[in-house]
Amino acid sequence: MARKRDILIAGLVLLVLWEIAAILLDTMALPEPWAVAADLAVKVVSGSLIDDIAISGMRALLGLFFAVITAVPLGLLIGSEPPLRKTLSPFIYLLYPIPHVVLLPLVIILFGIGNTSKIFLISLIVFFQILVTARDAAKNVHQNYLYSMQTLDASHFQVYVHVILPATLPKILTAMRISIGTAVAILFFVESFATTRGLGYIIMDSWGQADYVALYTGISAMAILGFSLYLMLDRLERRICRWQNIH
Amino acid sequence: MIRTDSVSLQYGWGDSAHQVLQDITFTIKRGSSCAIIGPSGCGKTSLLFLLAGLRQPTEGHIIIEGDYRSGTILQNYGLFPWKTVRKNIGLGLTLKKTDKQRVEQRVGRLLEDMELTGFGDHFPSQLSGGMQQRVALARALAVDPDILYMDEPLSSLDALTRERLQNLILDIWQKNRLTPVLVTHSIEEAVFLGRQILIMSKNPGKIVQIVENTQAGDPDYRQQDSFFKLCNRVRAILREEENG
Repeated sequence: MARKRDILIAGLVLLVLWEIAAILLDTMALPEPWAVAADLAVKVVSGSLIDDIAISGMRALLGLFFAVITAVPLGLLIGSEPPLRKTLSPFIYLLYPIPHVVLLPLVIILFGIGNTSKIFLISLIVFFQILVTARDAAKNVHQNYLYSMQTLDASHFQVYVHVILPATLPKILTAMRISIGTAVAILFFVESFATTRGLGYIIMDSWGQADYVALYTGISAMAILGFSLYLMLDRLERRICRWQNIH
Repeated sequence: MIRTDSVSLQYGWGDSAHQVLQDITFTIKRGSSCAIIGPSGCGKTSLLFLLAGLRQPTEGHIIIEGDYRSGTILQNYGLFPWKTVRKNIGLGLTLKKTDKQRVEQRVGRLLEDMELTGFGDHFPSQLSGGMQQRVALARALAVDPDILYMDEPLSSLDALTRERLQNLILDIWQKNRLTPVLVTHSIEEAVFLGRQILIMSKNPGKIVQIVENTQAGDPDYRQQDSFFKLCNRVRAILREEENG
């Protein structure tokens, strides 16, 4: 469990740096970590923050979920089937670099201001990150594996299940890891308006009231949310990519 | 019986066309064995791919008579690193939707035969080269093939492991009455295992000579004078070709 210890030490170092910065800068805009920690503890124990963490977590998770279940199969198909790749890659090439966040007004017109539009926007942005990675990973699956499957008389579908998916999984999980950061960032953006729930709202609301301790409590909760998602993915990876972590 | 009839293989078209194989004609009898040897780039792997049906010839025909099943071992074994040894070996059967219990039985038996008992739940990367090769052999044998195609199956192994596995292949050949076809760049291996030795030259890949080698199949062949003589003969043919 050396890894756990290292992460704990890194966390403590960051807290110390935060404390030093807070003392040196001596500004209301950067409260000391213990004050934030106390506020966080009170709000978690009283339950007032739990709902917001839950709703933000739900939005991020669903956003990621829908992105993964659509982008992974599509990316693998495009990467593995040359005719499909030839037809669709130019579209991806044009659509991927667009900052999809700017589609927010359109998304709201289509899906309203509720959860649907928030989750949709997270999905949309993360979708492209995972799609491109899955496509490239599938394209680079070693030909020898495919030949091996051919010598075993595998069907097209079996090739996906037994080779293309497991071979690309480590890269897809890496893309998902990056996507968590993106998803939390988009979460903050979509929760900063037209809602009264979620950590993004808490942050914006506290900022508006110049309540800096509450502001940092919101930021900390969001960081913890991102970290928890990261941890979940880590566990998932160790479980399904066991072959990568032996030696 | 495997028969090739004026088989040619070409990559690309027009100016960039590259003739890989030209006018390959030979016959391998069922239950016999064949070793294909030649310099790097002579198209011996391509020839094996054609035989195994992984590619189609540009010209000519490949005829394999009767009902048959084939097992193939590709260079670097082609094992799947994400599957355990057990899953790798049983894959051919699993893909054919064979009853789970029967797959387990067959895999258990093969693990025993290949002296891999106790390694069933390991991943390929946890095994030595020789063991990985035995897993690849087991996987090819799991489907009970009539023809066993092997592309340089033992090339990355040390000398002793190599000989031990050559003996194992010999054993499998005789016990299972299958037809091994192997590509190799080792003269000794070709002579030890090939009842028929196809010697190839390159640019384009052609058959220079087909050497009949009736003594192949004898486990003690390596210690005999005739073995050394034939090795020298094959060596001389290869050298002569190389020097044009």
